[in-house]
Amino acid sequence: MSAAGRVVGGASTRDRVTGLAFQGLLILSLLIGFATLILLFIDVAGDGLGKLSWDFISSFPSSLPARAGIQSPLVGTILLMILVALFAVPIGVGAALYLEEYADKDRWYNRAIEINIQNLAAVPSIVYGILGLAFLVRGLDLGRVLLAGALTLTLLVLPIVIIASREAIRAVPDSIREGALALGATRWQMIQRQILPAAVPGIATGSILALSRAIGETAPLILIGAIVFVPFNPTSLDSAFTALPIQIFNWTTRPQEEFKLLAAAAIIVLLGLLLTMNAFAIWLRNKYQRRW
Amino acid sequence: MARRLTASRRRYGEALIRLALMACAAVSVVTTVGIVVALLEPSIEFFRQVPFGEYLTGSDWSPLFEPSSFGVLPLVVGTLTTTFWACTVALPFGLGAAIYMSEYAGPRARRWLKPALEVLAGIPTVVFGYFALTAVTPFLQDIGLPVEIFNALSAGLVMGVMILPTIASLSDDAMTAVPMALREGAYGLGASKLQVSTRVVVPAALSGIVASFVLGISRAVGETMIVAIAAGAQPTVTFNPYEAVQTMTAYIAQVGIGDVPTGSLEYKTIFAVGATLFAATLIMNMVSIRLVRKYREVYE
Repeated sequence: MSAAGRVVGGASTRDRVTGLAFQGLLILSLLIGFATLILLFIDVAGDGLGKLSWDFISSFPSSLPARAGIQSPLVGTILLMILVALFAVPIGVGAALYLEEYADKDRWYNRAIEINIQNLAAVPSIVYGILGLAFLVRGLDLGRVLLAGALTLTLLVLPIVIIASREAIRAVPDSIREGALALGATRWQMIQRQILPAAVPGIATGSILALSRAIGETAPLILIGAIVFVPFNPTSLDSAFTALPIQIFNWTTRPQEEFKLLAAAAIIVLLGLLLTMNAFAIWLRNKYQRRW
Repeated sequence: MARRLTASRRRYGEALIRLALMACAAVSVVTTVGIVVALLEPSIEFFRQVPFGEYLTGSDWSPLFEPSSFGVLPLVVGTLTTTFWACTVALPFGLGAAIYMSEYAGPRARRWLKPALEVLAGIPTVVFGYFALTAVTPFLQDIGLPVEIFNALSAGLVMGVMILPTIASLSDDAMTAVPMALREGAYGLGASKLQVSTRVVVPAALSGIVASFVLGISRAVGETMIVAIAAGAQPTVTFNPYEAVQTMTAYIAQVGIGDVPTGSLEYKTIFAVGATLFAATLIMNMVSIRLVRKYREVYE
């Protein structure tokens, strides 16, 4: 192309056509993702809607497809979510507060923690499963129980909670900090009464997204042994348990067509749960996010 | 910052809180150490029984049969094949989506495009696996490709869609960080939007784009459920995308499901394969973090 010899304001037809073709390709790139998403919804809905009923949600898993349901996996997933929230949010926010408000960024160990967290966020989830198997199930001898599952998922999503919380804390302007300190607040008083309230929307959004990641995870739970057929609800932290993704995986890998339809119905329930959480997180962000 | 005014007396509560928060941050370090120890210890025992050279170069992986053989190459080739097909989808289209979001989309379109991509990124991988097995593989058969029921192609393509949002979002961040002055300079010289995008913005954001590619590839290598469901469980050295393969992750999951006795050599294989996987993804993640840091230093 001879850009040098061109008169200002007039692009040649050929350039305009190439430009449009390029833009078309870019839009196609975006569409590939969204089209797959829509096809996936259609595929799952077509397979699973017929199976979805109150009976399906309230029955326990069974080897007979006609009587099988998802009560224990659904209860397991909800319990996992609550436990992971209880563990991961306080630890994650605490770590974020340390890194943003206390840590001296020129110290090598603080920089090491930072790089370490970025790295952990990208470690394959199945490796966390190996960690849980080696230390929680065998090392601490917890066995293949709900608590081991919750702790494994906590470690898995902790980096996400930390990174999101740090961004929320960093977004609070320094003038707020300086104002509080100038009025004689101690550092913790400043954090507790000024920084945290201002950062809560961001922290909540990040935490909900992290939780939705946690309840969609399958691989780590397979390794710590949630695959077993569990026709009862977990009653305590040391109960055997199963979860929705595990049940979906189990049904998907069976050769009988009937079980695939059950898997699709369970996927609808899981996606419904996740999309509700995501929508809530996005709503929260848009409603409460403050621009300083 | 003027936060160094000292208190009149020592505040022990404050010191305690600082310590507690530091302990929270230390959890991440303990996790990393835990992962390394969990992988390394059984791996060392494993390599006492199986020579390292045999493991790395052997082309027969059959640890659960007699006579057993522990050559990891089939699992590595399976991982490379599915990752390759994921890249054919995710790299070009992820970059294309990023260029559109950063250079072409208006502020309103950007506001909903990014959350919409987040939804795609939030779909559990077990659901993508179901989709690959029950929709994509039959589709590939319908258009006449000789794919088996379990095959590397279908799993790879779906995995590509799974990592597309990661690449699009990180590349978009890198391109948005390119200063407006560079674009304005190019426009001032008479460049078209296409030229500004491909010859100014993309080269200027290259380290960030490459970082997103590396991270995306690392995620494809570490992805488990899609390949465990749709790519099969056949450790063979083949680059033929129509055949069933077994990836490193799918093998670990397979052993995780079964009842392999603790402490046996078969049981230790998952740690050896896990260590291989961890090392490979760790190197890629470090490269990616380095590259992101590089563009941040230049523009921010």
